[in-house]
Amino acid sequence: MIRRALLWLALCLLPVVAYTQAIQPLPFHDRAEEVRFQKLTSELRCPMCQNETLADSNAPIAHDLRRQVFEMIQAGKSDDEIKTYLVDRYSQFVLYKPPVEPSTWLLWFGPLALLAAGAVVVAVQVRRRARQNPTVGTPANDTEDDW
Amino acid sequence: MSRLLPLIGFLLLVGLFGFGIWWNTQHDQREIASPLIDKPAPAFALPVLGEPSRTVDKASLLGKPYFLNVFASWCIECVHEHPMLMTDMKRLGLPIVGFNYKDEPEAAMAWLSEHGDPFDVIVADRDGRAGIDFGVYAAPETFLIDAKGVIRYKRIGPITPEVIEKEIRPALAALAKEAP
Repeated sequence: MIRRALLWLALCLLPVVAYTQAIQPLPFHDRAEEVRFQKLTSELRCPMCQNETLADSNAPIAHDLRRQVFEMIQAGKSDDEIKTYLVDRYSQFVLYKPPVEPSTWLLWFGPLALLAAGAVVVAVQVRRRARQNPTVGTPANDTEDDW
Repeated sequence: MSRLLPLIGFLLLVGLFGFGIWWNTQHDQREIASPLIDKPAPAFALPVLGEPSRTVDKASLLGKPYFLNVFASWCIECVHEHPMLMTDMKRLGLPIVGFNYKDEPEAAMAWLSEHGDPFDVIVADRDGRAGIDFGVYAAPETFLIDAKGVIRYKRIGPITPEVIEKEIRPALAALAKEAP
């Protein structure tokens, strides 16, 4: 009975062993630096497994780029300098939040433009109906409604 | 007219989604266009595979166009690509520089003796730092670098006969046109 319980315990602890072996902690100077590193790597996209951030990805290139980001932080580079460094090599693809510039206007403002267009259509429709049927409020003669 | 509006809206959406499906079948979504095309190749100085005391740098390769092929013994696609390097790529007449990416030298040399060695010289980037400068994120990748050291073309993924015909030959023709 005890042996079985011990076996179960060992099995349950197995993932812990794997976990501690998989992670090599980076030697941060302080907590603020670690937070900055986490924030920065979660804003950057892994070029290899393309739906993961650098922070999340386990791909070899993500590991290398995390190391690169860490070293650049240690060397006193700003977040913008680090991003520029990566964009120069891997294009804007690595940015989860692309910069606002002419080529990304559609991306940034397209949804807003669609929303505005929708609002205009609704406003026009509402006004037209209000004019056709000034005595609003009684849905009794609402038989013509297509919508 | 207002009866037709929903239908028109629906057809517009069908068109949009249809375009999306068509667009995604037209290109490899994993491929990231390199910002390094038509820019000078990054400076590098790397030890030669199997001869760690000898170093090859960018300057020593200037003067003649060459291919730079990123490969590794752990790379599965590289095995599929390799016969192309041994035959069709070699026939193009340019030197092929091997870029052994994040690999153990012994494993790389064993891999080459098994599959053949198409390279004129092989540099070893064990920790992948030079690879980052080249924007490498997976093997195999192949660069065409001209006599002035400018990256003219990059292939992400294995080289196939189709890639040679449709991409590499035109890139080489553009190079030949410039040369006096």
